[in-house]
Amino acid sequence: MARLLEHINVPGIETFDVYRKHGGYKSVEKALKTMTPDEVTEEVKKSGLRGRGGAGFPAGMKWSFLDRKSDKPRYLVCNADESEPGTFKDRYLMEKIPHVLIEGMITSSYALGAKTSYIYVRGEYMYIIRILEKAIQEAHANGFLGKNILGTDYSLELYVQPGGGAYICGEETALLESLEGKRGNPRLKPPFPAVAGLYASPTVVNNVETISAVCSIVNESGDEYAKIGIGKSTGTKLISASGHINKPGVYEIDLGLPVEEFIYSDKYCGGIWKGRKLKAVVAGGSSVPILPADLILKTAKGEPRLMSYESLSDGGFATGTMLGSGGFIVMDETACIVRNLWTFTRFYHHESCGQCSPCREGTGWMEKVLHRIEHGHGHMDDIDLLVDVAKKIEGNTICPLGDAAAWPVASAIRHFREEFEYHVRYPEKVKNPKHFELEPFRSEKVLATV
Amino acid sequence: MAKVTIDGIEVEVADGTTILNAARQIGGEVVPPAMCYYSSLKDTGGKCRVCLVKVTQGSAKDPRPMPKLVASCRTPVMDGMVVQNITSPEVLEARKGVVEFLLINHPLDCPICDQAGECDLQNLAYEHGAGKTRYEEERRTFEKVDIGDKIKLHMTRCILCYRCTFVADQLTNERVHGVLHRGDASEISTYIEKAVENDFSGNMIDVCPVGALTDKTFRFKSRVWFTKPLDAHRNCTKCSGKVVLWTKGDDVLRVSARKDEFGEVKEYICNECRYDHKNMGDWTIEGPRHIDKNSVISQNHYEKIDMQKLKLDIERQIQFQKGKQLPETNQSPA
Ligand SMILES: Cc1cc2nc3c(=O)[nH]c(=O)nc-3n(C[C@H](O)[C@H](O)[C@H](O)COP(=O)(O)O)c2cc1C
Ligand code: SF4
Ligand code: SF4
Ligand code: FES
Repeated sequence: MARLLEHINVPGIETFDVYRKHGGYKSVEKALKTMTPDEVTEEVKKSGLRGRGGAGFPAGMKWSFLDRKSDKPRYLVCNADESEPGTFKDRYLMEKIPHVLIEGMITSSYALGAKTSYIYVRGEYMYIIRILEKAIQEAHANGFLGKNILGTDYSLELYVQPGGGAYICGEETALLESLEGKRGNPRLKPPFPAVAGLYASPTVVNNVETISAVCSIVNESGDEYAKIGIGKSTGTKLISASGHINKPGVYEIDLGLPVEEFIYSDKYCGGIWKGRKLKAVVAGGSSVPILPADLILKTAKGEPRLMSYESLSDGGFATGTMLGSGGFIVMDETACIVRNLWTFTRFYHHESCGQCSPCREGTGWMEKVLHRIEHGHGHMDDIDLLVDVAKKIEGNTICPLGDAAAWPVASAIRHFREEFEYHVRYPEKVKNPKHFELEPFRSEKVLATV
Repeated sequence: MAKVTIDGIEVEVADGTTILNAARQIGGEVVPPAMCYYSSLKDTGGKCRVCLVKVTQGSAKDPRPMPKLVASCRTPVMDGMVVQNITSPEVLEARKGVVEFLLINHPLDCPICDQAGECDLQNLAYEHGAGKTRYEEERRTFEKVDIGDKIKLHMTRCILCYRCTFVADQLTNERVHGVLHRGDASEISTYIEKAVENDFSGNMIDVCPVGALTDKTFRFKSRVWFTKPLDAHRNCTKCSGKVVLWTKGDDVLRVSARKDEFGEVKEYICNECRYDHKNMGDWTIEGPRHIDKNSVISQNHYEKIDMQKLKLDIERQIQFQKGKQLPETNQSPA
């Protein structure tokens, strides 16, 4: 089975000719010439491919929900807004091997019956927009885009749309609003995009990686794809590894790889840097619950934790987390959980669209309280206050950004409450921003003797 | 038609009716509060989250409960739906949270705010809020600005319900204001150097649930409870001409549109009626305006009490306090 990043190191792979020489655009030929659109959708269903943008919703199922009876045009929109802290895999893919996304867009658009499709790229990725536009030009020049692709009666135009640099425009309905030229506020659902999306027409929104994966699914069949991975976590996944590891970067793993192997093997992260100990991991981008070292390596049942949708969420939020977008942030023993949480919360405060009261007001509140605690001005009851504010945001908002802001707070306090208490108890010590680098925090018992 | 049960009371409503409007048909305590939804403005609602309710049964066909609390103002009923509002502790807790969120950055300057006495946020806080704040951070502030020559914007008091932007969008022929920035830095604003100047722009003042948009011709003239509201009308070519005059002696201090029992304007009025006819003589007086008996405004207000209705109301209250089921209807016998 071909991997997404298989040819990543081939010189010139970003150009059409080299990409084509290495098997590029075969899926377009195969789909357009030998398959009906529904057959392509069927293969995607069989592959078990799940959305790589964060929620992990089965792509084939999403495609089958698209309202095909409507007489309005249908759209495929690629979500390349990638703004989740800790996630940078889409950027890597688009920068190094842009044609895999263009190829996936063409094949997927064909399956969905879209005649116009869009790639919505976050505003900070301006250089990527140039790369994609060049790739689109090349595809056009070679007859893979435009009128009557490869002599068939299928025609497609593909456009790249830069965003304005807002995380919230990665939420699919805010993205559609923004694409329509409006303020990027998420819409109330239902209706879902599959029924009324872009310009109130049936629309599928998928992540860059999801769409790119369609190429090899079509080339080698859904069943072949489903052989990789474990259980309902089929295929490969790009993981953005960052933090206190020896080899940060983007890795393509087969789903089901043990977390321990991912962190410590030289093939991947290469272990914790400077010979230090592992303290905690945020496994799926900043929105997912943080887990302490013991729970990320093993589930509460004592089984090895695997890099899969199911295994990472084993134990629910009490002892588990989520695969999310695959932003794998590793923290060593010197990391300060409070400081890290404050940084995350500051991000959500800054990125809330401000439409609904719990998220607009709650994110700012949490940030301010965390700022105080981290800088030695906290009170003991601030900790329970944070838990309560997070609880009152969670589930009560229009879009999941509210949840994404609440989960890190709730989980950090769930697993590292002692560390918050330490900040309140020893304000002088935490005033130095490098406090835990000077003296790693271990546990209450050790502290008692400090 | 769809049958829906809200807090144990069944009601039959037209298909497509929202839970909130179904509850309004029942009336009384089971009606969720609403700070952003406005029936006559399309696409409003869903934002403030004070109207959250719990759906314990989705429909007769699919009885599964909904996983999260839903905004009753934007969720249509299904036949056989069962909803909990005041009977769900979870709803009350979430609502208390929302009220707290709305208040943490609010200046609480009611003593100098023209809206005091007729403010939805005051009422909401009174009914659902806590007596004490847990917020000890600095509050967000903005400069006061004029939007147009007749309207003052106190962004500090705004709860970002977006209603005024929908008025601008749907009632006036040229939209010149909207929301700038995002998150808690969002603000209502006019586009650069353009003032709101339109025949119907004054309605923004009436739809604003708080004192963020106030009538400059009325600012600081009087506390609203020292005025006498009168229903009045005049022949107007632009609007229905049906208004409320807020008077003191023979002086008309303010003219506003009429609001229904849910605080919503049904017939919008034009700026001419609102600003340019401040003489009693310009109007045909219909009589005192009915004001809710719980409102502070009715303290200075004379209206013949319907003793029978009052008795019925009190009985309902007593029954409700005892936890008994509410009577089917709150209508007084004809
Ligand atoms: C606040 C927020 C930000 C999001 N940002 C992104 C993003 O940057 N990229 C992305 O693919 N999905 C993002 N999503 C998820 C999208 O809403 C949507 O689920 C996804 O694009 C669907 O594609 P998939 O099914 O292929 O994963 C975000 C969701 C939320 C709530
Ligand atoms: S949850 Fe936050 S980001 Fe999402 S719609 Fe509400 S205010 Fe906007
Ligand atoms: S100014 Fe008033 S009407 Fe406009 S958004 Fe703010 S609170 Fe709502
Ligand atoms: S009234 Fe329903 S969310 Fe505001």
